[in-house]
Amino acid sequence: MTRELIKGNTAVAEAALRAGLEAYFGYPITPQTELLEHLAARMPELGRPFVQAESELGAVNMVYGAACTGKRVMSSSSSPGVSLMLEGISYIAGTELPAVLVDVMRGGPGLGNIAPAQGDYNQIVHGGGHGDYHLLVLAPASVQEAIDLTVLAFDLAEKYRIIVTILLDGSIGQMMEPAELPPMQPLRKEVPDWAVSGTKGRERRVLTSINLDPPAQEVMNLRLMTRWQEVEKNEVRYKEYFLDDAEYVVVGFGTAGRVALSAVRAAREKGIKVGLLRPISLAPFPQKILEDLTKSVKAFLVVEMNSGQMLEDVRLVVKGHKPVEFFGRMGGVVPFPDEVLTEIERLAKGPLTLEGHPRDRWLARLREEIG
Amino acid sequence: MVMATENKLVYARPEVFDPRPTHYCPGCTHGIAHRLVAEVLEEMGEVENTIGVASVGCSVFIYNYFDLDFVEAPHGRAPAMATGIKRVLPDKTVFTYQGDGDLASIGMGEIVGAASRGEQITVIFINNTNYGMTGGQMAPTTLPGQKTTSSPTGRDVERQGFPIRTAEMLSTLDGATYVVRRSMHDPRSVRQAKKAIRMAFEVQKRGLGFSMVELLSTCPTNWGLSPVAARTWLKEHMIPYYPLGDYKVSPMVAEIEI
Repeated sequence: MTRELIKGNTAVAEAALRAGLEAYFGYPITPQTELLEHLAARMPELGRPFVQAESELGAVNMVYGAACTGKRVMSSSSSPGVSLMLEGISYIAGTELPAVLVDVMRGGPGLGNIAPAQGDYNQIVHGGGHGDYHLLVLAPASVQEAIDLTVLAFDLAEKYRIIVTILLDGSIGQMMEPAELPPMQPLRKEVPDWAVSGTKGRERRVLTSINLDPPAQEVMNLRLMTRWQEVEKNEVRYKEYFLDDAEYVVVGFGTAGRVALSAVRAAREKGIKVGLLRPISLAPFPQKILEDLTKSVKAFLVVEMNSGQMLEDVRLVVKGHKPVEFFGRMGGVVPFPDEVLTEIERLAKGPLTLEGHPRDRWLARLREEIG
Repeated sequence: MVMATENKLVYARPEVFDPRPTHYCPGCTHGIAHRLVAEVLEEMGEVENTIGVASVGCSVFIYNYFDLDFVEAPHGRAPAMATGIKRVLPDKTVFTYQGDGDLASIGMGEIVGAASRGEQITVIFINNTNYGMTGGQMAPTTLPGQKTTSSPTGRDVERQGFPIRTAEMLSTLDGATYVVRRSMHDPRSVRQAKKAIRMAFEVQKRGLGFSMVELLSTCPTNWGLSPVAARTWLKEHMIPYYPLGDYKVSPMVAEIEI
């Protein structure tokens, strides 16, 4: 295979198709639309269903229905559209079905704008839909990683009967980079033993999320949580950069992590012993590596394109043992490497504190800067 | 003189229809509609080839009464789920069973979308002019002046708007090829309802487009009427507002002979 210049959204679409996507249901929304458009052309070419739904509500429930048949199915959207999908996401989780969802995040809240952001972290990583459930969340920082994680997403979804969300920010979705697409996989032949297909030759199957008996529902909740513990044990993914001798560690995912890497490299050139931890699986969150780093480093800097949503997960692991600082840009503003570099230099220069909340200190600085 | 008699079975419970008593209130017509669907699927030999989509409302547990594969949709989303199933399993028979709150209020977007796309699904639409399961609130189908728990002095169309005639509305969509309204208030209307349900499934079997049968139904408990009085009320009040009839029978559907 050869590398080709390809846009993130298109790459995810083509990767999903080559991974054996059997049906796609979606609704246009920027900055995700190229994904839908690519599959609008490609799926019919291969004789596979593509439906542009009447809304994201429709799309997610078409995914729900098709997932009940055990087929490889997906949808994609962007932040406001994903908000609409949360109802269906909770039902799919409650019915223990595999599905893949792509969220190409944009600035918010509300209609916000169509610029890249990471404001859906809480919505996707910590729920958003009702009830007790978890999504397995993967956050790529390049077009190649988006391709690789898309292929992985289908396998993980089926292994754990869970929704896997590819959490992109708009810049990964819109950016063109050289990347290698996976080979075309044949469609799966086998049908899972829980899928509906008509009762021919077997007992009937009912797929539902309703359970009026609270103790029975609790047993189901426990099953979901036990499965999630398996996911936590097996599916943590992250990338480390310059961590071996790091005194300071930047933590950032997706585009924020990528921008931070440039800043880390620049800081290294200036002699600052700083490294980068880039979580790839946001759920399950890479707690163990962060715990280990907490023992060895002087301080952390969390960088995000939101108001510090992952920051809280980092603080839960660091538990106040080491200073944590935060730098974020919101509303669709992408941080520049030199902004992050300034923050790294501030960290290295000190003084550092264990007191107060890093968000308050960051907001005070941001107010001075943008008014 | 003793005449020799021969017993001939002319009517039996469909095997696909579970013998357990339903949870529906006395006099409710859900049981009749269930049975008609069961009879039709059995007569067509489609039982093992069918996937049902249950909705939210009194019929949320419809899957307990059929020996069929079933899925259970979020409130109003049954046509979207049915779309997902039918698109990946085009050879299966897929139907939704929805009430008026589910289909004509919260699920209006999904039913219009499915009908306009000409999804090859069959929709059984139960219109009993109220939200039965939550205790009889006003539905989009509640008649002007009709009392419900959320229109306690009667539906005031000035403040609460007008009822929706769903079959008429969906019949304007080119993707819908068979859209009719029937009733279940007396034996004759029940027989006609069954014929329509059969036709709707035949339309799907032939891949001719979206089919829906709206069934005028009774809700004695929430209407505060006896089962017999409820049927009379249906006939005298609902049929004038919701006339029975064939609102859409495309030319190809008209050629179907059963």
